[in-house]
Amino acid sequence: MRRPSLGAVAFGLIPFVAICFSVSLWDRVYPRILGIPFNFSWLISWLVLTPLCMWGAYRLEVRNNPDKETTKIGS
Amino acid sequence: MDPRVVALSVISGIVLFGSLIGFYARSHQTMNLEQWTVGGRGFGLVLVWLLMAGEVYTTFTFLGASGWAYSRGAPVLYILGYNSLMYVVSFYILPQVWELGRRHHLQTQADFFQVRYGKTYLSASIALVGVVCLVPYLQLQLTGLGDIVEIASFGAIPKAAAMMIAFALVAGFVFTSGIRGVAWVSILKDILLLGSALFIGLAIPYVYFGGVGAMFTALLQAKPHHLVMPGSTPNLGHAWYISTVAMVALAFYMWPQFFATAYTARSGNILRRNAVVMPLYSVTMPLMFFVGLTALLVLPGLPDSNLALLTIVRKTFPAWFLGVIGGAGALTAMVPAAIQLLTGATLYAKNLYRPVFSPGMSDAQVAKLAKAMVFVLTLGALALAITTSITFVSLLLLGYAGVAQIFPGVLFGLYWRRAGARSVFAGLVTGIAVAIGLILTKHDPYLGVNAGFIALCCNFGVTVAVSLLWPVEQPGLEGLVADGAVVENAAAL
Repeated sequence: MRRPSLGAVAFGLIPFVAICFSVSLWDRVYPRILGIPFNFSWLISWLVLTPLCMWGAYRLEVRNNPDKETTKIGS
Repeated sequence: MDPRVVALSVISGIVLFGSLIGFYARSHQTMNLEQWTVGGRGFGLVLVWLLMAGEVYTTFTFLGASGWAYSRGAPVLYILGYNSLMYVVSFYILPQVWELGRRHHLQTQADFFQVRYGKTYLSASIALVGVVCLVPYLQLQLTGLGDIVEIASFGAIPKAAAMMIAFALVAGFVFTSGIRGVAWVSILKDILLLGSALFIGLAIPYVYFGGVGAMFTALLQAKPHHLVMPGSTPNLGHAWYISTVAMVALAFYMWPQFFATAYTARSGNILRRNAVVMPLYSVTMPLMFFVGLTALLVLPGLPDSNLALLTIVRKTFPAWFLGVIGGAGALTAMVPAAIQLLTGATLYAKNLYRPVFSPGMSDAQVAKLAKAMVFVLTLGALALAITTSITFVSLLLLGYAGVAQIFPGVLFGLYWRRAGARSVFAGLVTGIAVAIGLILTKHDPYLGVNAGFIALCCNFGVTVAVSLLWPVEQPGLEGLVADGAVVENAAAL
């Protein structure tokens, strides 16, 4: 087993920036999207965008960690 | 027919059906400690997903999220924020924890500390922090369940009686079926919760305003400040949001029950795939916010904001539907409570009692003690839930701030060889002292920043400083999982 690769960590940092640190940029009511205030719609859309980012990280990580399901469990 | 009878029969039906699933899930396995706590490490993607979802979505999701939207407004968005990010954090931690668990047959979070750091005083302290923090969480589930049954029965069934019946059932299926039972009850719970959340989240704004957008327009006219942080609170602004989201995202998977769940997986990649898709399940969360915000317009001035959701459901829908929501809510309390009981009991028996008081105990005796502890913990949480209610929220905050202090030990345990038992213990003690000091003196948030976050920063600082001053050369992760690795640390398990 290895540490997560830098690329995989970078994919994980994207949602952290978008959801957590940038709050003062998106915490407002307008423009409303489908009638929902901007801050609510921003976070709702990241419920879908976060899995997309992490899918990228997953592709990188699976290459380094092939499944060992068939390996006999340790001594 | 009397609406009380209708609602109550539906709730009891759902709760009994769920408990029966739990009792019959033991399959044909012999229930040794390994089967009982980690399901023989054979769970695939679906069962692991069900367990994770089952534990993550507690009564706080159901009642707390709508209650916060009702009473506080925009700060409730922190729930949506950490709900995406905690899975991101788990992606980089759980597969590695699983790998170590498979290699050394770990069953609890404290086992991880024992194998990585090799000091019983550290693993026993981690177990102690875990058990102590679980009790208020368990109490939260109980109180939520009592509220649900009381409202749904229009006050016909007293809280205490409802809590006792439901928790006798929970303790029963945990005792007989262990973690497998919990996973199977989660199926029913998830279907009911998803279905009812989708329905009421869209239907309630529609009934009163003709749609979600129109509801927001009405709310913006009535309370223009409610929908931007700090909402209807004096001090929950952006600094609070960032520090709370960061703290909870890092702390969430430090609840000891999630380590046990990680060990149930059949492979590390199952945990990775889970971390990728789990945020999608949180779509129910904004729907709970919509219900809470509608309730604010339709039923202003409720004495207890946690009851906003149930009260508006009772006002809007027929009794049988209130019963369905009540049943879903009751299972939402019972499933997480079941796994919290299981984890707390195993931690106590395996990582506190055996190493400290009776090192000669066999695994079979540990299993027996753990099963007895299920009932002791149930009674303890019941006694707390019935006698106290005022300090309840601060107790849970203390629990969160407490488990957050486990994070540096896990992170450095996986990725920094120089961290040793001494530095992690020093950091843990510092973090917990700071958290208790700030929260009990009512300094949460302190200068606009979440108290648990401040404690976690102090913890990180102390752990790093002590590690640099007295470095310990540990085998490191590669050494701990290498084939043929002989680790005397594991001998104490």
